[in-house]
Amino acid sequence: MKRSLKELFREWDADRFDLSVSGSVPQKERPSPLPPERYDVIPELEETIMRRFHRVVPVLTFLLGLTLSLFLIMTVLELPAFGSSDSPVFNEVFTRYVQDGTEETGAVNTVAGVILDYRAFDTLGETHVLYTALVAVLILLLGFEKTDPGIRTPGYEVIRQDPVLTTCAKLVIPCVVIYGLYIICNGHLGPGGGFCGGTVIGSALILAALAFGFDSVERFVNYRTIRVVLVIALCFYSLSKGYSFFCGANGIESGIRPGTPGRIFSAGLILPLNAAVGVVVSCTMYSLYSVFRRGRL
Amino acid sequence: MMYFELLLLGLLVICGITTCLSKNLLTSLIIFMAYSVIMSVIWALLEAPDLAVTEAAVGAGVSSLLLFLTLRKLKSIQRKEEENEKKP
Repeated sequence: MKRSLKELFREWDADRFDLSVSGSVPQKERPSPLPPERYDVIPELEETIMRRFHRVVPVLTFLLGLTLSLFLIMTVLELPAFGSSDSPVFNEVFTRYVQDGTEETGAVNTVAGVILDYRAFDTLGETHVLYTALVAVLILLLGFEKTDPGIRTPGYEVIRQDPVLTTCAKLVIPCVVIYGLYIICNGHLGPGGGFCGGTVIGSALILAALAFGFDSVERFVNYRTIRVVLVIALCFYSLSKGYSFFCGANGIESGIRPGTPGRIFSAGLILPLNAAVGVVVSCTMYSLYSVFRRGRL
Repeated sequence: MMYFELLLLGLLVICGITTCLSKNLLTSLIIFMAYSVIMSVIWALLEAPDLAVTEAAVGAGVSSLLLFLTLRKLKSIQRKEEENEKKP
């Protein structure tokens, strides 16, 4: 009997179709609504062909991997030595960044000056890529919830009050959040920035959701706040740096002074932009976990 | 220090190979987490602390967690209570 791909997918989503690899769920114990002839649709000839195919595939994969890694190793051996003066990255761009970077952007950390001032348009794209990934995951995992409300296993929202986990989480979460805020706020002074700090804060939120359940996290991070905060952060970033799309890489005189390098409130727009990136990244991390875990935000 | 770096790089190769070769998906995921942790130490030794923090948070934390949840959705790993219910 023939089934369309959509039907098969719906069965899998409704937990009626076992894809277990390690074989932890025995097939016979599950009450299968499918007729038994489902499982012996493959005729003998096809089975032998598939068996031979599975014997050849590992050898081919090994050969392909060997060839690719050989090419990679050859490329690495051809690279110029680390930090040598004749490498192609040692040019006038590099000299400009190192010599005038702090003066022009106000950031002591040259990396932050490059990614959020000279190359801010790239970071704009990266932030939107994260947002697009989140939207794609939401489309994929939220859609089936509405059409078939009874498919989720019950009890997935039960809070397991594990004493060790809760106590450790109470101790660790404030430190992690403060560390993430420190990384974001010091992005223009030292190593760090929006991406690192955002992931750290996002993992703190995930830990809170693991230890105390989603309900306690939802009091301050829920669907509405995530939506509003994400859109505000993305709009702020796009409005302040999206003009490169129209006027090329030359930029516009912003009027914001870089300030004294080395202070927290310096470096013009770099600190707010770091905060925006951090907000987007942390919200994305938490929402991905939430959607994967319980099928909704 | 040189020997420490060589040790880390060797562990990295071992972790990468065992991740591919392990039969159990859960085991290979945990080895992959170890790979990310070693990688973050290497980033820190290469004087890229921001990359080290990102690698530790994303590689060892969030992405492994998402893969765990995917495995649970695919019924490769189960919660303890469900297994205990099935046994008797």
